[in-house]
Formats: sequence, structure tokens, C-alpha cells
Amino acid sequence: MSWTEELAQRWPEMSEVLWYGTLDTLYMVLWATVFSVLVGLPLGVLLVTTDRGGLTPAPLVKAVLGAVVNIGRSLPFIVLMVAVLSLTRLLIGTTLGPTAAIVPLSIGAIPFFARLVETAVREVDREVIEAAHAMGARKLTIVGKVLLPEALPGLVAGLIMTVVALVSYSAMAGAIGGGGLGDIAIREGYQRFDDYYLWATVILLVIIVQAAQSLGDFIIRRVSHR
Amino acid sequence: MIEAVGLRKVYPLKQREVVALDGVDLHVEQGEIFGVVGQSGAGKSTLLRCVNLLERPTSGTVSVDGRELTALPAAGLRRARRGIGMVHQHFALLSSRTVAANVAFPLEIAGVPRARRAARVGELLELVGLADKAKAYPAQLSGGQKQRVGIARALASDPKVLLSDEATSALDPATTESILELLRDLNHQLGLTILLITHEMDVIKRICDSAAIMENGSFREAGKVLDLIGTPDSLLAASLFPLPATDVPDAVALTYPRSFDEPLMSELTRRFDVDVNVLGGAVENVAGTSVGRLNVQVRGANRGAALRFLSDKGLLVREAGR
Repeated sequence: MSWTEELAQRWPEMSEVLWYGTLDTLYMVLWATVFSVLVGLPLGVLLVTTDRGGLTPAPLVKAVLGAVVNIGRSLPFIVLMVAVLSLTRLLIGTTLGPTAAIVPLSIGAIPFFARLVETAVREVDREVIEAAHAMGARKLTIVGKVLLPEALPGLVAGLIMTVVALVSYSAMAGAIGGGGLGDIAIREGYQRFDDYYLWATVILLVIIVQAAQSLGDFIIRRVSHR
Repeated sequence: MIEAVGLRKVYPLKQREVVALDGVDLHVEQGEIFGVVGQSGAGKSTLLRCVNLLERPTSGTVSVDGRELTALPAAGLRRARRGIGMVHQHFALLSSRTVAANVAFPLEIAGVPRARRAARVGELLELVGLADKAKAYPAQLSGGQKQRVGIARALASDPKVLLSDEATSALDPATTESILELLRDLNHQLGLTILLITHEMDVIKRICDSAAIMENGSFREAGKVLDLIGTPDSLLAASLFPLPATDVPDAVALTYPRSFDEPLMSELTRRFDVDVNVLGGAVENVAGTSVGRLNVQVRGANRGAALRFLSDKGLLVREAGR
């Protein structure tokens, strides 16, 4: 039996498994992205504004936030995942399944995204910030109407990098029972030597990453007026 | 209109202190264009930033339009700043906003309702000659156009005072000319008081009513441009009309603080029987008046009387030769 025939024969069953795996992956990545933005965006902005000479200088806050972010960034994701298992159990009630995986994924992606936000916001022209001060703008107005809009292309680029990183993290999460495409690749592809599943998951992961990047590039083109 | 008294600004560094402003008194009258000129590092920029308290002076007070800014709490200062426009060297436009939205920005900050904002933005763009660029983004504009947007934005909240931070330094000569003209027009039309800093003498010459020369954090010289030009040994006059030092015997440097209709030189030779030889000269249009400097050699028995005659006529006469 040629491989095409075998694939055709197995496809009905495989496609269902892959379909649900893809949904699980997207589910994990999407929710982790949401939490990364909710926490990472303000964190990244604070990393800039608490600078000496920043909008709200606070060297101590800056040092603490910087240290927290660095701890998050220095742990390999697979280690972080195991390290936060008890927190995951506390929050979700289990450490298995896609919902449980959202906890380590978010914790891993928040500091990653926060640093990217920091870099993007730091790029905003100081003269423009000064101009806003000279117009009598409040600090919160400067964040909302100057820093974020001016950094938007960079923020979107950072968001896409985070999504791509999350896709790869989610595959790792599969290794300890997180579900999704990574789980399929490891259980079916690696442990059961099933190349069909292995390559199918590889293709699907590539498509997801590619789609995220293209969407991101499109948005960046739309919001960038430099 | 702008009153700054005893301004000092000291930046404490690790090893030593840097004195950026060393006791500056600034007095800018209502409706005039006041130019501060000096080398980079002289403290001009710090001075300008102290006027709207982007930098808080270490000591001294600043009042604008009769209100002492240095005594205001944060909220009051924000409100006061809305009455002071500022133009920046690199334009400081928001790249994410269209021209119209950039001009509307200070109005948003001041809480002006949307409909009134749109009408005002239209007027302002008309005023600076960019009505057709309302929907463009700053990146699509030339430097001169960007600065026009910057000026329109600075005028949005109807300020009485405009601060200009090297507004033309990033522009080519022709564009500089047109921006200076615009500032001059706004000064005339709106009675706008303008305080500008520049490192170009030319800017002072073209549009300033008053000027100060700044060096090492303090004013070397300050006053009405025409008065300064008529002051012996004025740095401003020397910088506006750089004449080479002469080693010709019996040379004198003559400064014309205004234009003269009568033929002074021929009268001089006729009445005093002296020989007059022109060595060098420069005539410039300053603050709407033709003024100039002339190096001449005057020889003859009645030289003293001849020079006295010129002084009496209102020229500044200074021995310049050996």
C-alpha cells in the first residue's frame, strides 16, 4: 500500500484528531495572548515610565519589575511549566488539558511580551512626549494618546512575536498533558512512531505561525505611518 | 508678557555641578519677538524650557501673562501651559496622526468638543497654508510643511505666547525664510508674543524686535535690537556686521543705527576738507530698518571735527585703526 493510499484510508480518523488538536492549540494560544496583553502591556509601559527621567520616575519600582520580568525570562518554558504546576492546580483545579496549560503559557509569555512592549514604547520620540507636556497633557493622557499610539506598529510586531512564541510553548505544554497539536506530535508521532501524525502536526503548526505573521504584517502596514 | 527673574538651573552630576543658567533675567514685552542667540551649550534651550517649566529652575521665578508659573500647583500649571504654544526643532509631530489630528491634539487635551475642534483645525490649517494636507500623515510632508503643522498646533489653543525652540534649524534656507515670514505675520496679525532661541544671527536680524546674546548660562547683552546696534562695542552689532579688523592708519568704524537720507560722506569731505576712503562695509535690513557698518579711513587736518560731526548726526563712531 502506497503512502497516499494509507493516508486516504486513515484520513477520516486523523482529520478529526488533528481538527480538535488545532482547536485546542488555538484556544490555549488565544487565551494566553489575552492574558499576556492584559498584564504585559501595562508592565512594559511601566518599565519605561518608571525610568529615571521617565514619565513617572520610580527607580525602586523599576528595579523590582525588571527583576520579576528577568526571572520570568530566564526560565526555560519547560521548567517554568513544571515549576508552576501547583499554582495551576490552585487556579484551575487540574494540571491536565488545554485550560490548565493557559496558566503556564500566560506566565511564560507575559514577561516576554512586556520586554517587547518596553522596547517599542522606548522608541517613542522624547521630543513628542515633551511637546505633549508643553500642551498641558496629563500623564495618563500622554500614555494613552502619545506613547501607545506612537508605539503601535512596534506593539503589534511584539504581539505577533508573542503569539508565535506561544504556539511553540503550547507544543511543549503538550508534552506534559496540555493537549493540542504538540500533544499529538509527541504521543502519536514520537512515542508511537506514527510519521503521518508527526508531519501533519508540523504542517499545521507552520500554517498557524505563517497565518499569524501574515495577519500581523498586514496590520502593521495599516497602522504604520512613518 | 514673559517675566523671568534670577533664573538659575543647576544640574547636579556625580563629580561636579553643571550650571546651565546662571542668574538670567528675561523680560519680554507684549507683542514683541524676542530672540535669544548663542552657541550650543550656552543654556538657551534650558532657558526656553524654564519658561513653560518643562525644566523647573533651581531658583528664580517665571511669570507669563501676569501669572507666576513657578508658584502654580501641577493642575494649574497644566492649564497655564495651554496658553503657551511651543514649536520644536524636529517638529515633534505624532507620526500616528494625520495633520488635522495633530493640530487637534492640544484641543483634545483641553477638552474642546469634537465639532468645535474640527472647525478650529480648519481655520488653523488655512492660516498656515496647509488646508489641502489635512488628511496627510507627517511622514508625507516636507520639513517646512511639518513645521507649519507644528506652528498650527502650537496656535490651536489660542496662546498669547509662542515659544520657539530652534524652529528653523532643521530647515533649508528658503524654507527657513518662509517659516520666519509666517512667524512675523502671526506676530503682526494675532499680536502674538514670541520668544525664540536660535544659533543663527540671521534669525535675529530678520524678525526679532529684541534680542539677547547668551554665553555660559547668562546674558552678555540684551535689549531692543536697534538700541543694541546703536550701542558702542555691541556684540550683536559686531556679529550682525562682521567687518575684518583693519590695520590701516586713521581708520574709524561707523555704525548707522538707521538709514540716512542726506549724503553724509560728501558733506564731510566738503565741509571739513578731509579725505574719506571706504575700507569695507555692510548694510542690512534689521527689524524693518536699514542699518549698517562702515569702515572708513578719514585723514586731514580737521579729522577730529569731522568725526564729531558724524557723532552729532547720530552715527556711532569708533577708532578702529592703529
